[in-house]
Amino acid sequence: MGQGWNRALGALTLAGAFALAGCGQVGSAAKPNTTYQETLIQQLIDAKAGDVITIPAGVYAIDRGLSLDVDGVTIRGAGMDKTVLTFKGQAAGAEGLLVNASNFTIEDLAIEDAKGDALKVNEGENIIIRRIRTEWTGGPKTTNGAYGIYPVQVRNLLIEESVAIGASDAGIYVGQSNGVVVRRNRAEFNVAGIEIENTQNADVYDNLATNNTGGILVFNMPNLKVPGFATRVFRNRIVANNTKNFGLKGSAVASVPAGTGVIVNSNDQVEIFDNDIGGNNTANVIISSYFSTGYMTEKGVAATFDPWPEAIFIYENRFTPGGAKPDGLELQALRVALFGVTGSLPDVLWDGYIDVKKFKDGKVDPLLAICVDNGAAQMLNADSPNKNKAPAVMGEGARCRLTPLPAISVAAAGPVPAERRIPSPAKP
Amino acid sequence: MKRLVLILVALALTSCSPRGLEPTFIADGAPETLSDWGMIGARGPRLVLAGGVQPYELNTPLFTDYAGKLRTVWMPGGKAATWAADTAFDFPVGTVVTKTFFYRKAADGAVTPADSLSLTETGEGLDLHGIRLVETRVLVRRASGWVAFPYVWNEAQTEARLKRTGAAIPMVLTRSGRTDRFVYQVPNVNQCAGCHATDHAAKALQPIGLKSRHLDREVTLAGARFNQLERLAVVGFLKGLPPAPGRTRGVDWRDGAAPLETRARAWLDINCGHCHSPRGPADTSGLYLDSATPMGPSLGLCKPPVAAGQGTGGFSHGIDPGRPDQSILIFRTGSTDPGAMMPELGRALVHDEGMALLRAWIAAMPPGCR
Repeated sequence: MGQGWNRALGALTLAGAFALAGCGQVGSAAKPNTTYQETLIQQLIDAKAGDVITIPAGVYAIDRGLSLDVDGVTIRGAGMDKTVLTFKGQAAGAEGLLVNASNFTIEDLAIEDAKGDALKVNEGENIIIRRIRTEWTGGPKTTNGAYGIYPVQVRNLLIEESVAIGASDAGIYVGQSNGVVVRRNRAEFNVAGIEIENTQNADVYDNLATNNTGGILVFNMPNLKVPGFATRVFRNRIVANNTKNFGLKGSAVASVPAGTGVIVNSNDQVEIFDNDIGGNNTANVIISSYFSTGYMTEKGVAATFDPWPEAIFIYENRFTPGGAKPDGLELQALRVALFGVTGSLPDVLWDGYIDVKKFKDGKVDPLLAICVDNGAAQMLNADSPNKNKAPAVMGEGARCRLTPLPAISVAAAGPVPAERRIPSPAKP
Repeated sequence: MKRLVLILVALALTSCSPRGLEPTFIADGAPETLSDWGMIGARGPRLVLAGGVQPYELNTPLFTDYAGKLRTVWMPGGKAATWAADTAFDFPVGTVVTKTFFYRKAADGAVTPADSLSLTETGEGLDLHGIRLVETRVLVRRASGWVAFPYVWNEAQTEARLKRTGAAIPMVLTRSGRTDRFVYQVPNVNQCAGCHATDHAAKALQPIGLKSRHLDREVTLAGARFNQLERLAVVGFLKGLPPAPGRTRGVDWRDGAAPLETRARAWLDINCGHCHSPRGPADTSGLYLDSATPMGPSLGLCKPPVAAGQGTGGFSHGIDPGRPDQSILIFRTGSTDPGAMMPELGRALVHDEGMALLRAWIAAMPPGCR
């Protein structure tokens, strides 16, 4: 498996294959205001704690990266379809807006066509990102910027009711953070819709992830200061994530097969429950190891890195059919060999990598098991460590339960609301 | 004899100020002109230094689109910085550092590189004939910490005015047979922090070049040859300086006599290490390019990218040993696409000579990552 998952993609042309349907912003119609950026930069420089920087409705052309490093500032637009910062002509800066500050709130605006990442918050605590739209307006392209909404190394983070479209890596990417709520967002036409990486204590719920290559990713990457664990993915709608992988080779998400609903890679203590997951053509859920990404090397990966996904609990999801047309020749061959030409891969696909050093009495430690207790849903062990020699549906062998993780407490989010509110997809 | 030379140098550099230039520590506010600081100024056809203001250069400087740089440091009467082995020196409140960026003028409004000018040629001031001044950045140590101000020179080259929001200056640079049109970026005040907030959690600005390994260098100025650190000590700007054997000295990246690895590491240290360190803003990448990081995955050796996005260039490893053109490090330092280039700020052109050095270093590594 590994990059073999996608090797077959090489021959396919991506450009133009996916015209992006109706994103409904004012962006393209109005002539952008080119003089406002000077005002905005001045406001960002002069900002003091407690300030609210208000950006009125309008389309504003910005030609260099914006940055803010003062704590306690709020940036507020007039709505994600009314206040638009367009970076189409950006000549400098690796982000649209780069923030290094705590107690930061940004809401009700759009960042379009940034050359690199759209909104990056690098280090800080008590961060609220609300009703923000990040979008590359030309549809999914490898040349689009990497991340839409990109907080990294933050504590106490709420991302809600936002929209992320067209990122060539992840639409919403939470990296190396602790105490995270991601809810009621819509992620479409990204390589990864929502990605939680090397992050501890994250709740991801009531989101819509559709038309991405992979809907929701929970990853651990090597050579970073902290490993991620304890993520709950629940009450989301994760459907038809079948956009061809348009990530640039070498990026972590380039290894994700098109048609992936949820994928856990090398992460631990992940709970996937109460979601609607279906129509994802490779598999509704993939559990995998860093070994399967094709990036594992002895010299380049710190010995402390744990590449095995452990303590994964999948239960009470509502699966609708998926796995009918997996991405890549190897997975296609696997499907046909096991389930026939008209068959489908089961709901859960596991690459089969397991750390035998952690076995207890010759068996998997029950506390570290991959548990699928989801009615009739089946898990396929693809036996990747042995080059897929003996793939097998695990049947009752995968049925077990783990102690549920506690809800995450992020003050700005409050408790998980009883009412489920999932955004609607874009109007065609 | 050595002592005598030092005294002479000290006298030469503390001579009286040119007309109207009086070094001043401004404790708050945002002075509108560079002249307000009194460190350097245009006097007729020369850019001159005030008395007591010390010029300096670095063993290996940051690349800024082939601009030449005149750097100065000054401290108010009787105050001195405390030497530190690895970090920026601990400077007293009142310290004012300036860095002036300039080019040589070429025909038709174009410019040519000035980065090869040494302190010998710039340290006593600049003859402005044939020189285009672009900007002067001031870094001042106030009670609250270091504060940065960018000043942009006027066309007449008589004064530089504060431009807190930065500036984008279209330029044409010609050099041996090639011409590049580019937009020179004067950083805005927040962008200054992008490099100078070397401890990203603390967020405090720090000088980058004013470290022992960068300054430990013999220079010739006003006919005298001396060690820069020793001179700073002699003029009273530096205390606690140990004798040379107790100091780690950086190399000049152009010094063909030094080992390739040492030279490449010096280039990475000054161009990348302020962000790519275990405490810097780029610690999110797990890639550390400061001089203290040993060879291994943290330096990029066979390291897969974390969140590089476009920056991978389609490659899988930071440094692919023996294969510079398969290395993300070479791709990103050789890119001018804002979404992929490294450093993210401070250049619009590629440093061809620096790239050649990095390439040679990687090419000489034993190949293979497995």
